Amino acid sequence: MKSFILKRAGASLITVFAVICLNFLIFRLAPGDPVKMMFTDPRVTAEQMQEVREKFGLDKPLGGQFISYVQRLAHGDLGISFWQKKPVTRVLAEKIPQTLILVITALGMAVILGVILGALAGWKTGTRLDTFIVSASLAMYSIPSFALGLILLLVFAYTLTIFPLSGMSTPASGLTGFGYLKDVAWHMVLPAFSIVMWYIGEFVVLTRSSMTDVLGQEYITSARAKGVKESGILWRHALRNALLPVVTMTGVNLGFAVAGVIEAETVFSWPGIGLLTYEAVMKRDYPLLQGIFLLFAVSVILANFVVDIIYGYIDPRIRVGE
Amino acid sequence: MKDFVKLLFSHGMGRMGIFIITLFLFASLFAPYLHTIDPHKSSSFENMLSPPSTQFWLGTDDLGRDIWSQIIYGSRISLTIGFVAAIVSVVFGTFVGLLGGFYGGIVDDVLSKIVDFFMMLPELPLMIILAAVLGPTIWNIIFVVSVVNWPTTARIVRSQVLSLKERPFIEASRSIGASDSFLMFKEILPNVVPLMFAQSVLMITLAIYAETILSFLGLGDPSLISWGQMLHFAFESGVMARSLWWVMPPIFAICSLIVSFTFLGTAITDVTNPGYKEARGL
Repeated sequence: MKSFILKRAGASLITVFAVICLNFLIFRLAPGDPVKMMFTDPRVTAEQMQEVREKFGLDKPLGGQFISYVQRLAHGDLGISFWQKKPVTRVLAEKIPQTLILVITALGMAVILGVILGALAGWKTGTRLDTFIVSASLAMYSIPSFALGLILLLVFAYTLTIFPLSGMSTPASGLTGFGYLKDVAWHMVLPAFSIVMWYIGEFVVLTRSSMTDVLGQEYITSARAKGVKESGILWRHALRNALLPVVTMTGVNLGFAVAGVIEAETVFSWPGIGLLTYEAVMKRDYPLLQGIFLLFAVSVILANFVVDIIYGYIDPRIRVGE
Repeated sequence: MKDFVKLLFSHGMGRMGIFIITLFLFASLFAPYLHTIDPHKSSSFENMLSPPSTQFWLGTDDLGRDIWSQIIYGSRISLTIGFVAAIVSVVFGTFVGLLGGFYGGIVDDVLSKIVDFFMMLPELPLMIILAAVLGPTIWNIIFVVSVVNWPTTARIVRSQVLSLKERPFIEASRSIGASDSFLMFKEILPNVVPLMFAQSVLMITLAIYAETILSFLGLGDPSLISWGQMLHFAFESGVMARSLWWVMPPIFAICSLIVSFTFLGTAITDVTNPGYKEARGL
């Protein structure tokens, strides 16, 4: 197990390094001069631009620039955000908790609901219920979550005014403790729902196919022969084994999950990394965008690593196969 | 081929998908004849944000531009980007998968590592930084979408090629002195084509989605009005809730086009499944 973890950790580190290289290359090899993109004001003179170039080391050869980029990264220095005039690391750190709350809530709900619905569909394969669950989740899965988010926003926030329009809490409400938590939860309903509806399809389809595989196995027949109740077979015998592929998919799909967060946060102005991404795009804040990409990529790699380890614990065949 | 289309029509999702896609194809082909005006043309002040009328079937936006025309012409953008990006990413992915699967060894190792790396990256952030850095033109959007989507095809084609190259007909061909490129492109490639076709439908869906979300986030080509861009303008205008005729049509168009491609893709996967014909009694 130890060598398995070390191997995976090594592979993840190499991937992180590759991401750093890619991130560096995309922003350096881009057509156009980064300094000219930064200062569109015609009053900035050529000498001032040259000064900035020297200050950021942009006049040095690419190799030297890369080494100093990696050195600064190692010290947690991601540069200065053009727009907020603050270190990118600080801007990101302020937004991470809000995004984590939203992602964990939405992903957790999607997994639970998706597994239950998928298990039901797989259990009742070929029935009306199955067809309905599968086509509905396919449709939900293909609808971009920002489109669904906009509909939810227009219907439940603007028209019916049941839920708040934007943000994470009521401004200047003075709420504390439990009241504040309730307020945040209330603000989270719509963004979380738009993400859940998008993720859920994946889990439904996956659990369903894995469930149909498991139900064909002999131990299910033998459990039936022993007189185990049908509900016992479904939840205890079949679902337990059908869950293995679901665990892996959760990891694999985190990269995809990031998109849902960016979309939902933008539509509902939820103050996390996703909304920050949108603002950075609108302000063309390249250092911030670079930092955001690095943050998303590294978190996905990290999450995949964790899922791999968990999977190694659950299913010993994975470890032996290495 | 005729048989295949017939099978697709026997599938409920397939039928619905084909029907809606045909509608959009029709709209984009005959756009000038469908009660449209230049979607970029602003009208006079009193026609700004006007609700649906006989003159403007779906009303106008904040610059007085006709929504109906924007929707109809927008289908051209979505379909073009969808088809072109799908072809580019499927062709490139197939080429990589073919090379890796056929040669094996170090070539395959290196290519597989690259594919794994790209599949690990979060797609949307990668598309965002590429589009932001390269600049928002329609060709860059197509490039960005293809960069993100080719690896899945490469992976699927590779595993198909691995099993194909062990088949006797390849061995036979090789023994009479066929060159590597002949084996790859004349013997193996034709057997991968059905897979490429199914993969293309999936890629079209992803490409349409990608263009829409990039445009919605403000990275669309400023010289074109796509559905995603309509939503971007509406969202930024702050009057979205008071002008539902402006927001609802693009949302509806995006959802129905994407869902119908997804349904078509599902139908193709189902229909090519060997058990399908028997289950239907065909």
